[in-house]
Amino acid sequence: MTPAISVTGLTRRYRDHTALADVTLAISSETITGLLGRNGAGKTTLLRILAGQEFPSSGSVRVLGASPAENEEVLRRLVFVREDQVYPEIKVSQALRAASWFYPNWNCALAASLLDDFGVRANKAVKRLSRGQRSALGITIGLAARAEVTLFDEPYAGLDAVARQVFYDRLLADFTEFPRTVVLSTHLIDEAAALFEGVIVIDRGRVVLDAAADALRGVATRVSGPCLAVDALAEGRPVWERRRLGSQASVVMAGPLSPGDRERARSSGLDLTSLSLQQVVVQAAAGVLAAAPEASFATERSSA
Amino acid sequence: MPEMAGLDEGIPLFAQVAGRLAGEIADGGLAEGERVPSTNELAAFYRINPATAAKGINVLADDGLLEKRRGIGMFVAAGARQRLLARRRAEFTQRYVEPLLTEAARLGIDPGELLALIRAAGGEREGAWL
Repeated sequence: MTPAISVTGLTRRYRDHTALADVTLAISSETITGLLGRNGAGKTTLLRILAGQEFPSSGSVRVLGASPAENEEVLRRLVFVREDQVYPEIKVSQALRAASWFYPNWNCALAASLLDDFGVRANKAVKRLSRGQRSALGITIGLAARAEVTLFDEPYAGLDAVARQVFYDRLLADFTEFPRTVVLSTHLIDEAAALFEGVIVIDRGRVVLDAAADALRGVATRVSGPCLAVDALAEGRPVWERRRLGSQASVVMAGPLSPGDRERARSSGLDLTSLSLQQVVVQAAAGVLAAAPEASFATERSSA
Repeated sequence: MPEMAGLDEGIPLFAQVAGRLAGEIADGGLAEGERVPSTNELAAFYRINPATAAKGINVLADDGLLEKRRGIGMFVAAGARQRLLARRRAEFTQRYVEPLLTEAARLGIDPGELLALIRAAGGEREGAWL
């Protein structure tokens, strides 16, 4: 199947810095992908280019098989919800009506029920909404558009934890009903991790990790306990992080652990904790993966 | 942290979904011939990506513990419970006895004392079994 989004050798240079450097990636259609990375890593620039709102300095960008730049054909099938979206001086209902004219798959009932879930009244002027309510409006438009390519860039400024859970639940529910290609850029990795099928981590304009989300869980283990025992277990393996306090040590070890390793750890009193997706991403953004060999990402195939 | 109905973020989610279903089959919560929850039902319950849930179901289907009935869904295969129980029994030593022995050795509890402890704990339960 052709990917919904494919980017090859994409570079975006501004006068004094390079926002994206030779980015190559492909996102399969009908998947939910997490676009992760630190502030200023290049996530927004990438999404803006995918949404046709900014142009590459070089390289190729294909969304639904064509370049999105000034391409009405593609842009009607794509929705981009950005952080702190600015609206003209209109009412919520008018914003929704305008969206309904633009997006061919627009679902009115879905929009109404989302607004209701978020507690936003349709007759209110957009400029009188709180920041969180404005984010809720953006999310409502992003989901109700049911666009084949749906891009969310940190869509929840000002939204509380309850409203964010509403967003995640409604996104999943509507995705199963109407599968589409979703890219969600977020800092709240722990919260959103379970939604992702794929994960792309960008750091300083470069892709440092592009993997199946579930394959990253347990790909590294924190080993803690007496120094000598920790060192013995970690010997000859890629280690991402090392800390020490007195006779105690704690290291993050890449690669799957064999049952033999676990037994050794247990008998020498070591504590093992698998890294969560968020912790793996933090390690990736800190640059350790660039140094680690590719092989350390071999997935541990665990059976039921 | 999101609430994923008790799933652990440090272990592949598909494997945990498969493990939970297998556990339900072994415990009789899902009887043989019964329909198992669909991919979408599992995704909504655990709040996880549907593809991840589907992969969990496929692990059990590939193992012959579930069977597909076209157009209706996945069902618990005949003999699934017995196979799962046999597997758990085989893992019992590694999962429970070995850690017990390791910890006992660390605390200096000798085998005789350990046996006595097990007997006493068993005796405290209703309908003493040892």
